[in-house]
Amino acid sequence: MYAVYRLSMPYTVVAEGIRKSFGGRAVLDGVDLTLERGSVLGLLGPNGAGKTTLVRILATLVRPDGGRATIAGHDLAADPVGVRGVISLTGQYAAVDDVLTGRENLEMMAGLLHLPRRARRARVAELLVEFGLTDAQDRRVGTYSGGMRRRLDLAASMIRCPELLFLDEPTTGLDPRSREQLWHTVRRLAEQAVTILLTTQYLEEADQLADTVAMLTGGRIVARGTPDELKSSLGAEIVRLRFPDVRAFRTALAAGGATRAGAAAGALIAEDADEQALTIDIATDGSATRLRELLTAVAATGAASPRVSTHRPSLDDVFLSLTAAAPSTPEPRRVPEPAP
Amino acid sequence: MSLAYAVTDSRIMITRCLRRSRRDPEAFFTALMLPIILMLLFVYVFGGELKDSGSYVDYVVPGLIVLCAGFGAGTTAVALAADMAGGIVDRFRSMPIRASSILLGQVAASLTRNLLATALVIGVGLGIGWRPTTSVWHWLGAAAMIVLFILALSWLAAAVGLLAGGPEAANSFTFVLMFLPYVSTAFVPTHTMPAVLRGFAENQPFTPIIETMRGLWMGHTSTGASLGHEAWIAVAYGLGILAVSWAGATWLFRRRSAA
Repeated sequence: MYAVYRLSMPYTVVAEGIRKSFGGRAVLDGVDLTLERGSVLGLLGPNGAGKTTLVRILATLVRPDGGRATIAGHDLAADPVGVRGVISLTGQYAAVDDVLTGRENLEMMAGLLHLPRRARRARVAELLVEFGLTDAQDRRVGTYSGGMRRRLDLAASMIRCPELLFLDEPTTGLDPRSREQLWHTVRRLAEQAVTILLTTQYLEEADQLADTVAMLTGGRIVARGTPDELKSSLGAEIVRLRFPDVRAFRTALAAGGATRAGAAAGALIAEDADEQALTIDIATDGSATRLRELLTAVAATGAASPRVSTHRPSLDDVFLSLTAAAPSTPEPRRVPEPAP
Repeated sequence: MSLAYAVTDSRIMITRCLRRSRRDPEAFFTALMLPIILMLLFVYVFGGELKDSGSYVDYVVPGLIVLCAGFGAGTTAVALAADMAGGIVDRFRSMPIRASSILLGQVAASLTRNLLATALVIGVGLGIGWRPTTSVWHWLGAAAMIVLFILALSWLAAAVGLLAGGPEAANSFTFVLMFLPYVSTAFVPTHTMPAVLRGFAENQPFTPIIETMRGLWMGHTSTGASLGHEAWIAVAYGLGILAVSWAGATWLFRRRSAA
């Protein structure tokens, strides 16, 4: 089976219709997900979207209520032991032993992977160098900084190069410098063609590291594509209108809502509105025609004249527009797959 | 997965647990000091008043063994609860190892710690004049009783550690186990207690276990029942607690880790 997978399967993960409820509340409601060998998939979603649940299911820690998946050719339900043999999990809460030293942690994990004693020593020494932990190897992990703990956690996952590496929110709670260091490490692993499933709530992180981004919200994957594809799905330019006061902001927003309901062409459709900042963001194709239409529509609402600025869409914009729309529109937004 | 791998996995888990207990200076110190301090306290402070026949140290050794084992079991419950609360069990479970080795490691470490504490109680007892009037066979019998009792208590502790929401909740188990021996024949014979308490003391599991050790070491029990009678009940309790706790802990572990 495994040999067949190596030769013929381009996908490391194939998951279909994964469902899971906790106490009657559906956390995952039919998740389909494929992950190509050697690629980095960034799984994005708001807090509580079920990212961690999906990772725990694919890592054999939680049994799904429905659906099926194969990981590197091993069926999740029929052969969980086979799955465990080809994955590594680096969790949200660094799963290392605080009381043991860095080296002892790695030696313990290497032992549990049944590396012969001599190979174990050599591999651990190699990893300590590779992950910049040589100086701290004989200190207890309890004394490590957050960044060092994550690096050790990642090193433990790389003792035996896995077919699939789960990184569940690897930089949550890290300071910007440690985050930068960890990104560097992940990029290096990606260059070695390690297949990575990365969950994160930082859009910048997905933008930096992932080849493909999948947005999980409302228990489903609502969008998938390269970061560039997702951004351009919103249009070429985001126009930001900043209103002088709340009254003008509300007038414009109400008018926008009305036109959206009427689904008129060239309508003022807010992708994101922020009452604190008095801003409304509108996705456009960047053309002068569209901009003129838009400004005419704003003027027609009778709201006091806003300041206008434009920026290229970021993943944040995509994320916000999708998470705002998700509960009422379960239909996935289709983004064309890249040509082979 | 071969048997050799299962043995390796368990051995690594035991090493980990023992290392952890050795490196917790507070718990390690307490575990070492408790038997010594309690022994001296009971024999020299309370012993003068309590002495009714023979030396009090002859009476109290089995009770102290049980008390220290109770404390040790509490430690085990807390250690397992802490493991379950952290992320490391998830990592272990996502690796191709026997899940049972995680529990086995904690229980085996618990057994090791408690047997050391027991040896310390016996050593200190002998040092301050405890003189068991007994044969090698009786010693072996007492040792077997101790191993069965501690093993049962360790699995019980594992079950409690899995049942508890966190290390703090598991810690209350220590309190219960350290309180129970006082309402048994551990420190005073039951005939000195009020009737209600006596009924409980004579029928709770610690009493026959203590009386079996006492009978094996000193040649007579404090309840007046025969050694054979006490031993039979003690072994039944030991095996019963062991079986129920083992099944319970295994079930709880599977359930908690599959949620």
